[in-house]
Formats: sequence, structure tokens, C-alpha cells
Amino acid sequence: MVKDQEFLETKASYCLGLAKKLGATDSSVIVKNSISETVNFRNKNLDESNRSDDLGLSITTYIGKKKSSISSSNLLNDNLNILIEKCIETTKNTPEDEFNSLPDRDLFAKEAKDLNLYDETHIENNQKIDYLKKLEAAASNDKKIVNTESSFTQNKSNFVLANSEGFCDGYKTSSFTASSVTVAKDEKSMERDYEYSSKCFLKDLDDADELGNLAANQTIRKLSPKKIGSEKIAIIFDKRIAKGVLSTFASAISSSAISRGTSFLKDKVNQKIFSDKINVFDKPDMLKGLGSRNFDSEGVKTDTLKLVDQGILKHYLIDTYNGKKLNLKSNGRCGGTSNLYFENGNINFKDLLNSHSKSLYITETIGHGSNIVTGDYSVGATGFLIENGEFKYPINEITIAGNFKDMFQNITLANDLEFKYATNSPTMLIEGMVVAGK
Amino acid sequence: MSNFFEKSDVSRKEAESIISDTLQKCDDGELYLENSKSESILLDDNKIKNSSYNSDLGFGFRAISDEVVAYSHSNEISKNSLKQSSENLKSTLKSVKGTYNHEIPKSNKKYYDNINPIEQKSLNEKIKILNDVNDYLRSKGDKVKQVTANFLGEQKSVEIIRSGGETLSDVRPLVRFNVSVMVEKDGRKETGIYGVGGRQSYDSYLKDENWKSVCDEALRIASVNLESKPAPAGEMKVVLGPGWPAILIHEAVGHGLEGDFNRKKTSAFHNLMGQKVASEGVTIIDDGTIDNRRGSLTIDDEGTPTEKTVLIENGILKNFMQDRLNARLMKTKSTGSGRRENYRHIVLPRMRNTMMLSGKQTQEEMIKAVDKGIFAVSFGGGQVDITSGKFVFNCTEAYEIVNGKIGSPIKGATLIGDGPSILKEVSMVGNDMMMDPGIGTCGKAGQGVPVGVAQPSILINKMTVGGTKL
Repeated sequence: MVKDQEFLETKASYCLGLAKKLGATDSSVIVKNSISETVNFRNKNLDESNRSDDLGLSITTYIGKKKSSISSSNLLNDNLNILIEKCIETTKNTPEDEFNSLPDRDLFAKEAKDLNLYDETHIENNQKIDYLKKLEAAASNDKKIVNTESSFTQNKSNFVLANSEGFCDGYKTSSFTASSVTVAKDEKSMERDYEYSSKCFLKDLDDADELGNLAANQTIRKLSPKKIGSEKIAIIFDKRIAKGVLSTFASAISSSAISRGTSFLKDKVNQKIFSDKINVFDKPDMLKGLGSRNFDSEGVKTDTLKLVDQGILKHYLIDTYNGKKLNLKSNGRCGGTSNLYFENGNINFKDLLNSHSKSLYITETIGHGSNIVTGDYSVGATGFLIENGEFKYPINEITIAGNFKDMFQNITLANDLEFKYATNSPTMLIEGMVVAGK
Repeated sequence: MSNFFEKSDVSRKEAESIISDTLQKCDDGELYLENSKSESILLDDNKIKNSSYNSDLGFGFRAISDEVVAYSHSNEISKNSLKQSSENLKSTLKSVKGTYNHEIPKSNKKYYDNINPIEQKSLNEKIKILNDVNDYLRSKGDKVKQVTANFLGEQKSVEIIRSGGETLSDVRPLVRFNVSVMVEKDGRKETGIYGVGGRQSYDSYLKDENWKSVCDEALRIASVNLESKPAPAGEMKVVLGPGWPAILIHEAVGHGLEGDFNRKKTSAFHNLMGQKVASEGVTIIDDGTIDNRRGSLTIDDEGTPTEKTVLIENGILKNFMQDRLNARLMKTKSTGSGRRENYRHIVLPRMRNTMMLSGKQTQEEMIKAVDKGIFAVSFGGGQVDITSGKFVFNCTEAYEIVNGKIGSPIKGATLIGDGPSILKEVSMVGNDMMMDPGIGTCGKAGQGVPVGVAQPSILINKMTVGGTKL
């Protein structure tokens, strides 16, 4: 069982009390416990079981405008005494920074809504094994599948965030995650692909057969890929890749990148950065949402933000420190976005495939090719050639490149949005990118 | 060395008996204890943005029966928590009939000193250097718009207790010093990053104002990129500079030669042992025994002393990198490559310092041999798909080569290639092998571990360059 609120609050108030006694003018603390139980299967047999019990605490102390922090997994009071003393010493020796402070009092979250983020259900390892057996049977149905690895994890977490301004709150969350990775082989090639499902509630998890079948089919269709020539071509990003474009957008509008001047979207608020009709939301209060939260990692309340309205950038993602620096109020985005998504476009998936006589459908990218300073983008890619709306053949060993400034202006979205991750996008088409191949 | 049982309600003796009882009929397993202390001091945007300290303590208890691994970890080193972990392991491995393998090789060699780098330099001294870095770089002209510099230091004490009470231990220092600078000219912004590090004191890397050369290098890279033009797209010849570009070797072949992927036959290399996988003259080793290097280890995280493992010798595939589990299942010996990020993670076979050894040619000869291609000097990072063998890496400093001469710098492009065939495309191996500066972290299955790489200049006949200029 994860530690209860009372245990976490007792530790938190011990730390705040001690920090104050030792001379801190302000302090904040997060205490967190997380217990995960995982079972892994490989080729229809039990491969690994893993239980992790992580307890940790992190405290930040302020003396005026000086600040320092410590974290530890050893919560014995003896150890905390030594560490907090060290933290205060370090704080005294760290130079002042005029923007250091706790959030403004009026911004703290007041009442915590129940967002339905915790499922009491406990799934025993035996039941996980039953699920994985079913999944692996479905995944290895076809002879071309030569290796299957699948996994089931239950996670239960609890935390308390408290500070010297009197904020003290926290709540339990749970997640149930199943995944399947399959390898397929033919005379010419060996390929790997995967499918995955993660939910707050066990009963919402995808069906085992369905997950296994999807993983296998997605892998088999990649066999015997070809390499194509270099050209300028329309790219269609599968939903699992399209969400990455949104993540890059989020990093580029984080107040830290903006205040440091290291983002290609600096000074772009109220300017048109996306094509018309593009709307982006960050909605923290979705029931059972994988990114849902009542407040950010500083305790600041989080309202839904329409980040992009008809292609126009409306907000940055602002925390307390960088907000003060930019002369803006925190909008509760310390720690990043919550449930971030592109609103649906008005064309269906089929029509999107049909919109160009020739395009590339990308299902996987590799490499770290997004540069938020310049907006340059260049990654390795795997996918399919699409001709007249039909999947022609798999392709690999190509790269796709462009610059986000142009890419954002050339996006068309399908109307097939799902909430599978914390960040989600419908299938996305981007015109005018360059493919490098042969 | 840490005494893990000093403040616990469980004595060493009691712990040993829980371990021996749990692992009785298992093939292998151990209790891994870890106590790490780390610091991070960051200067950014003209200010000390962050000074933090972390102290982490915990254990990971592992039992292995045939192919099945049961693992349980916790932060609390107590009787209760050890017993609960033991129960978890037993419930996974219900009817085990193995014979515990007590054999573990020994060595007295040590590849770094038992020091705590965090305590060796005062906070004020570190802050002073960071401020000096900021002033130094900002004095280099108006084009310098942003400076970030940081110290990362760590001391990790580990202890491995095996069934029967055999105990192995190691204390590992690790430091890193990084500088990142952003420059702007005519509205265009570019970044340059450089760093140094390894398993010694900060001062070993920074004495005699050596931090200035780190700054100079970061600024040089950023300035070069200000002048860069769009990279070409398509297949062409590529010359790689010595040192850090060896992450190509790490991604292209290193991961594919790790024991687990080959036992599971999911690596593109699994059926190529003894075969020619690289051009003649290409020799690649993975070496954990180089003094004070970032990827070096006295013992790995299972207690096996590390070694110098020959992976590819003169073009022929000779060995995979093994931990104890994969070695046993593949009927061979551990190469001392069993590593984990920390006690929260299971052991996997991993790289240490992966190096391509020197050949006879010069970099000059290589450049001359290229009509149209690129010269790649530095990279940001890479990634590989083990199964298809395709790998990428991102250039952070590169130039075009036209008619045997180095031309303009080109914008960050991704290079993509095929692991099992790329080394056959190596047509020249340079005489200028160099180690990287000590900054690499390798990620696998969500675990990051410090690694090193080295190589001489090499000429690759054909690779796809992912630029935007057709």
C-alpha cells in the first residue's frame, strides 16, 4: 500500500518546521511515494517480475532571495536533520536572485476537485499473467512473428506538496499500463513495432487480444522495406508521431525558454504561428486524464488554456520564477503541460490520405533532431509510401527535415483525435518537407 | 565505504541469511546496495539558477531462475522491507530447481581513486568559476546572448552481497563540467556546447584555468554554426573527425553487440559471429579498464571485474558484451558489462568505453578523396533501432566537402545508416585516435549510464545525409 496522506504530511511539516528553525524565510517540500508492480513476458513465458517502492522527498529553502534545494530517498529524521542543515548552509552561500520566491498567495489552488485519478483496484500478478498470456497468444499468431515481449504494470502513487505559506495538498493517482513489442522476420528483413495502452482505471484498459493483434499487424506490414529517393513531399504523421510535434511546441513556449531567449517562438504571442483553423488546448481537469492535475508543482491553480486560437499563439506556459522575470503571472504550468491536444480538424483520415497523389506516412522517427532555438527539425524515419490514398509499400533508412516555423504553417489535421497519452494529436499532414534517401 | 546496516534494524548477518535463504535454489542473484550523493550547480542567464544536493539510498534484490528474473527494490534498508522483497521474489519463482553459481572472478585492480569530488571543492569556489565562465564568455562580444554552465558531481558507493555472504564493493566518483553558449547575429541564433569530465576531482579537469578552453570550444562551435548554410540531402561520402563522433560506433554497432539482444535474436548481428561485419583494418573494443574515464568501472554492477573486450577484430565479429544472465544462457562468460542506472533498475549488458582503434591514413588523405560529401566534426546524440539495424545521429558541427576541400559549415543535419553494413563502407581508418572529452550518457530501456567513446578519423563511402537542400 502506498503511504497515506497523514504519513506524507507529517514528514512535510517536519521539514518545513526544521527549515524555519534553522533560518529559512520560506520553504517548500514535496514528499512522494510510488509503488509499481510489473510483470514481463517473452515468447509466451514469464520473463521478469519487478516491484519498486520509491519514497522520496525534495525541499527548497529560501533565505530572502537566496535559494537552494536538496532531495533524498532516506526519510529517517536523523538523515533529514543533516540534509536540511546542509541545505540551509548552501542557501546562505548561494548568490541572491531577485526573481526567487514562492508563488503569489492568491494563485494557490483552493479546493481540490476529484478528477477521478485513482482506482482502488489491485491487480494481482496472476491476473497480470492471464492478461499477458492472452496478449502474447494474439501477438504471435502469425508465423512471421519471431519474438514477442510484453509487459503489464500497475502503479499507485501518492504525494503531498506543502510550503511555508500554508499550502498543503496532495492526492493519490493510479495507472495501469500494458504494452507489446513484436519482432517480425522474412528473408530480406527483420522489423520491430509495438502497441501500448495506459489508463487510470483498470477496467478502461484495452483488450489483450486487440493489443496483441495490433502490435503484430503493425510489425508485419513493415517487412521488406525499400529506400526511396530524395525529394520534397507531403508527410503524414501517424498520431503517435504527431504528438511529438505538439511536445516540441510546448518546449518552445515554456517560460524558461522564452525568458532565456532560446526559443524560436519568443515574442510570438498574438501572432499567427500555425495554419488557420488550428486550435491547441491544455486542459488539466479532464476526468481520468493521463495528464490531469489540480495544481502545478508549485501549488498554483491550473485553468484550461486555449494556447493557440485559429493559428494565433495566445499564451506561454508560465511558472513563478520565469513569470516574474517576464513580468507575467504564473498560469500554473510549472512542470509543463497537463492534457495537451490539437482540436480535431474537419477532414477524415481517409480523405487526408487521399489529399495528395503521393505522400509519406510516418510511423516512427529516431534521433534527437528538434532544435527549439532555431526551429530546425531533422530525424530518421520509418513508414509507408502512400499513392492515391493507398498504402503502397514500407520504407526506411530515410530522414525527414524542415523547420518548425514553416511546418506549423502547413499543418492539416484529421478528425480522429483520441486521448491515449497525456499529449495527443489527430493524424497530421505537413506539406513541403524534404525527404533524404538514396 | 558505506556501512549500509549501521542505522538499520537488520544486521549484516541477518541480511546474509535472508539472501542465502531466498536464493537457495536459484541460478543466480544478489542483494545490491547503493548510497549515492550528488550535486548540481547551475549558472544560467547571468545568475546561479540552481544549487541542489541529492542523497539516495536503497537496495535492489534480484533472484534468477533459468531465464526468469524477479526483482524488488526499496529505499528502506530494514528487516521488514528485505523480508517483503524476499517474499515478492519467492512468489514469482514458485518452483525453482537451479544450482546457484558461486563463481565470480576477482581482481585487485582499481581504475579510479576512492574520493568524494563534491567535498573536494567548496561551493564558493565552484560558484566563482561559474561566474568567471559567464564573464569570460560575455566579454567576447555582443553576439554572446546566453551562457549556461554547470557542475555535476557524484559519489556512488555500491555493495553486492551474494548467496553465501560473499561481498563485493566499489566507490565511484564522477564529475562533469559543461558550458553552453548561444550567439546571435542578424537575427539568427545558434548554440555551441562543450564539456569535460570523468572519474576524478573537478580540479583534474579545470586546473590552470582550463575552463577557458572549454568556453573557447563552445563559443567556436556556436560561431561556426552562425555561418552555416542548409545541409544537402541524399547519399554521399562522409568523413568523421576523431573522438566524440565515435558515438556512430556506439549506435551503429555497439548496441547491436549487447548480449541480451543477441540471446533473444532481436539484434541484426545475432547470426553474424565469426563473420566479416566491417572493412579490413577496423578493430573495435569495449574497454572498462582505462584509468579515470567516464565509462570505466573497477567492477560492474554484478561484481564482475571489468575488462577490455574485443568486439570486432580486423573486420571480423569476435565477441558480444555480456552480463551474468545472458552469458550463462549463451554458455559463455560475463565480460564485466552488467550495469544499471541505480538500485531501482535491473542489470543489463551495457557498453563502457567503446573505441575504434587507429589505422594508418591521415585525415587529409580522406578529405582529398571526397568529391562531394560532408566532414562531420561533432554530434549532439544518436539513436538506433536494434532490430532493423538503422541508426541516426545529429551533427552539431559539420562542413561540406567539395572537390577534396573543406567548404562552408552546414546546418545541423541528421545522418542515417544501416548498422550491420555501415562498417563495410569504411574505406579509410585514420592514425589519429582520440578519446571523447568525458560527457557521454547512454540510454537503454529507460536507464542512463555514463559511457565513453573513441575513434580516429574515418572515411565512410556512403551514408544518407538528412539535410533540406535537394
